[in-house]
Amino acid sequence: MNKIEARLIQSLNEILSPDRVLTSDEDLVPYSFDGTAALKQRPGAVVFPLTAEEVSECVLLARRNNVPVVTRGSGTGLSGGSVPLDGCLVICLVKMDKLIEVDEKNLTLRAQSGVITKEIDDACAKVGLFYPPDPGSMKISTIGGNVAENSGGLRGLKYGVTRDYVMGFEVVLPDGTLTFLGNKCVKDVAGYSMKDIFIGSEGTLGIITEVILKVLPRPKARKTMLALYDSMEDAAKTISAIIAAKIIPCTLEFLDRVTVQCVEDYAKIGLPTDVEALVLMETDGHPVVVEEEAAQMMALAKANGARDVRAAADEAEGARLAAARRNAFSALARVRPTTILEDVTVPRSELAAMVAFIDAVAKKHKLQIGTFGHLGDGNLHPTFLTNERDHEEMHRIELALEEIVEETIRVGGTVTGEHGVGLAKKSFLKRQLGEGSYELMRSIKKALDPQGLLNPGKIFD
Amino acid sequence: MASANLLQSLDYSVLQQCMHCGMCLPTCPTYVETKMERNSPRGRISLMRAVADGDLQVTKALSDEMYYCLGCLACQTACPAGVNYAELFETARAEVEQAQVDDGMQRGFWRWLSLNVIFMRPWLLRLIGRVLHVYQSTGLDALMRRLRFFGLMPPSLKKLEPQTPKIAEHFSDDLIWPEEKPKQDRGYRVGLLTGCIQDLAFSNINRDTADVLLANGCEVITPRSQSCCGSLHAHNGELELARELARRQIDSFDLDSLDAIITNAGGCGSHLKTYGHLLHDDPFYAGKAKQWDKKVKDIHEWLVQIRFRKPTAGAGVSEVTYHESCHLCHGQKVVSQPRQILASIPGLTFKELPESNWCCGSAGIYNITQPEQSQKLLTRKVENLRQAGVPVVATSNPGCHLQLANGLRACSSHPCQEVTQPVTLLAQAYRAEQSAQGGGVS
Ligand SMILES: Cc1cc2nc3c(=O)[nH]c(=O)nc-3n(C[C@H](O)[C@H](O)[C@H](O)COP(=O)(O)OP(=O)(O)OC[C@H]3O[C@@H](n4cnc5c(N)ncnc54)[C@H](O)[C@@H]3O)c2cc1C
Ligand code: SF4
Ligand code: SF4
Repeated sequence: MNKIEARLIQSLNEILSPDRVLTSDEDLVPYSFDGTAALKQRPGAVVFPLTAEEVSECVLLARRNNVPVVTRGSGTGLSGGSVPLDGCLVICLVKMDKLIEVDEKNLTLRAQSGVITKEIDDACAKVGLFYPPDPGSMKISTIGGNVAENSGGLRGLKYGVTRDYVMGFEVVLPDGTLTFLGNKCVKDVAGYSMKDIFIGSEGTLGIITEVILKVLPRPKARKTMLALYDSMEDAAKTISAIIAAKIIPCTLEFLDRVTVQCVEDYAKIGLPTDVEALVLMETDGHPVVVEEEAAQMMALAKANGARDVRAAADEAEGARLAAARRNAFSALARVRPTTILEDVTVPRSELAAMVAFIDAVAKKHKLQIGTFGHLGDGNLHPTFLTNERDHEEMHRIELALEEIVEETIRVGGTVTGEHGVGLAKKSFLKRQLGEGSYELMRSIKKALDPQGLLNPGKIFD
Repeated sequence: MASANLLQSLDYSVLQQCMHCGMCLPTCPTYVETKMERNSPRGRISLMRAVADGDLQVTKALSDEMYYCLGCLACQTACPAGVNYAELFETARAEVEQAQVDDGMQRGFWRWLSLNVIFMRPWLLRLIGRVLHVYQSTGLDALMRRLRFFGLMPPSLKKLEPQTPKIAEHFSDDLIWPEEKPKQDRGYRVGLLTGCIQDLAFSNINRDTADVLLANGCEVITPRSQSCCGSLHAHNGELELARELARRQIDSFDLDSLDAIITNAGGCGSHLKTYGHLLHDDPFYAGKAKQWDKKVKDIHEWLVQIRFRKPTAGAGVSEVTYHESCHLCHGQKVVSQPRQILASIPGLTFKELPESNWCCGSAGIYNITQPEQSQKLLTRKVENLRQAGVPVVATSNPGCHLQLANGLRACSSHPCQEVTQPVTLLAQAYRAEQSAQGGGVS
């Protein structure tokens, strides 16, 4: 790949201004990675546009000079999506951070792509509204990054994922064209649903510069409960029973034994460490309904073998109970120097078996794997605790991951439920999709970006 | 002198612990200001790691970055992975000092004068304090300013002059006896650290601390002429001097006979609790330093631990808010205790300060080395104090105390008029109790 030439840097300085063009070693090293473990590559330059027009000019310049472009939000991605290519131009959108409008009449919100996800929900909360997608990284991830990864969160079971809230956006195409896809209309069937192709496209098809989001009235009440189990099967049975009782809780999350132990070691919440599974349940909505559903869920948990069920007395205690789940990743990350967070998803009926399978794989390869995730939607996060400098152990992790992925695909699951393909899952994609849909995806990329300008080598080669 | 690359000789797993998740970014005052990765904890750690890996030279730009960091440790509180940023930060600053990439003559001279000479010699520091006191109390300072004497000084020092703390008339040794016994002994015997800036500018707060301890049945041992704890040195890359000061500090106390060593300055306390690590290689001091770490307690922490007695009288203040010193809340995780103390005082309403744990920009000598960023943070803090709308703010570190006082003084018609400390308010309440009962202090 060609390194960025001085002439090109000069042009970037003219398009933007020198303080928004980074080229020194000290400036570039910190852009060599995103949140994905063990992936690293220094870019050629990093730029910070402030407007869609500036983005477009940068793309045109890169295109004329054949320099690949990697779009970056806050770099919290967990599949290597914003990890640079050698000598590429990184377009970082964090300075495009204006929240443009909260439209209470239409229940929509308009923001530049670099706005932090949590700021969107905070702005909604001020006027009694609600932006449901809440990825664990919401305090720092950008809304553009969320759209590009189609991020999900703890409330996904009831409220869905980012895609369900994107009504439209402004996007810069690989040829520099600036266009708007979608609008504020609740119903819109004019032509192909073009915006859907860009949601979850991981920066390979276009650079999203502004979004219109759908927002909801804020639920009036919320109740949080915690159930402890001696067997994973019982936990899974409870979930099925809840769904069968026609209740859609907003959250059904679980931690396995390894994770509970780590959480307790770290956060000292007072959890018993000999449980096989801990399930966090949450329901929200009208206060009367919430009360009724919460009582039903607790009864179902008990009937299905929960050893103990606790309900939070108020919001503060609810937050404390939820902390057990929110702390899961943190607690695991403290155990060993390197933490590799995986993201397989299986049909909900396969959950208990899958957790047992992961457990067996860990034993077989003598690895430490903590598993937690979204029981309600089948999304599991087996988390490998290791040291990237231990090459022998890293090799065993590869083998274990291979087996887990095989099994996931065998039971009809997907290799990523929310973190995307990026670089990390590239090798598994074809196996899951099969020839037909894999080639369809590639041909779309070719049609939109024949030159392979945007994030080349991500998702597929 | 030392090895070629300090970051290289650091336990690599400390660097590796950062998984670049970015959760620290929104809490970092320098990142939030610029939104550039190198100004973030994650970015700085990646730079350190690149140096350790031999992928990056130690340059002036690297040095600038390490000195742009406040060392506020907000990142350490936010970090899910438990990265020990304090250790990385001190090592990195020592690294850039050792590489001498930033050696302007003037910077070198002033650093040497303050770190190697003044703060290493308690008698000299106090002597300077005396001279400054005379200078300030005779009005000579105003005269000099009028005569534009400071036109002759280097610009960085000139800017500093109006910020010089008001030096107290008496230092701690004049106010506190080497051994003081409580009226009702609860069997605790504690050592009291008087600090250096605290001693020069706020010796009354040391007296208040002793009073509060006595009122809670603790015998107080205060060794004479204590030296600086070395936190300034450690935070500015002079680890050898910091070790020397740590040894002296440990030697000033008879550790075995004491239940706790009490500190009332957030910044010092945070450093004092790491002597074990600082001296872990020292054949003679390693064990003592470990014992020391266990006994060092922040005053608020200690008071809550021994279930301090709630005062029955008020402190003469009706409303108060609380600014958290970074090193008390992020460094020592002492968060609820100062609030509990304030809330225990009868007739005093406690109101939370928005962004109470966002750095005020004092950060050791940051207000001297990075006046611009420091000022931005101070402005933000003063604005938050306006939001709180309360006449008194309490804090627990001499640097923050001075910074807030300077910020508020520069801002006329600000609702907040007074800076104080939780221990001072508690001491006032105990005193009010005593005078109600017609007795003396303690
Ligand atoms: C602690 C932690 C918890 C997490 N929890 C969750 C979770 O619960 N659910 C979840 O789904 N993810 C989670 N993630 C993953 C990650 O936060 C999300 O993928 C997030 O959406 C990434 O946002 P970002 O702004 O950091 O994007 P980046 O990481 O910078 O970029 C991600 C991808 O999007 C592309 N991109 C970014 N901005 C744009 C744009 N404006 N236009 C086009 N392409 C763009 C990039 O090229 C890249 O391919 C978590 C990550 C961490 C570190
Ligand atoms: S110590 Fe403070 S300024 Fe330095 S990186 Fe951490 S949060 Fe940022
Ligand atoms: S929060 Fe901790 S692990 Fe995450 S990037 Fe910051 S320092 Fe690294």
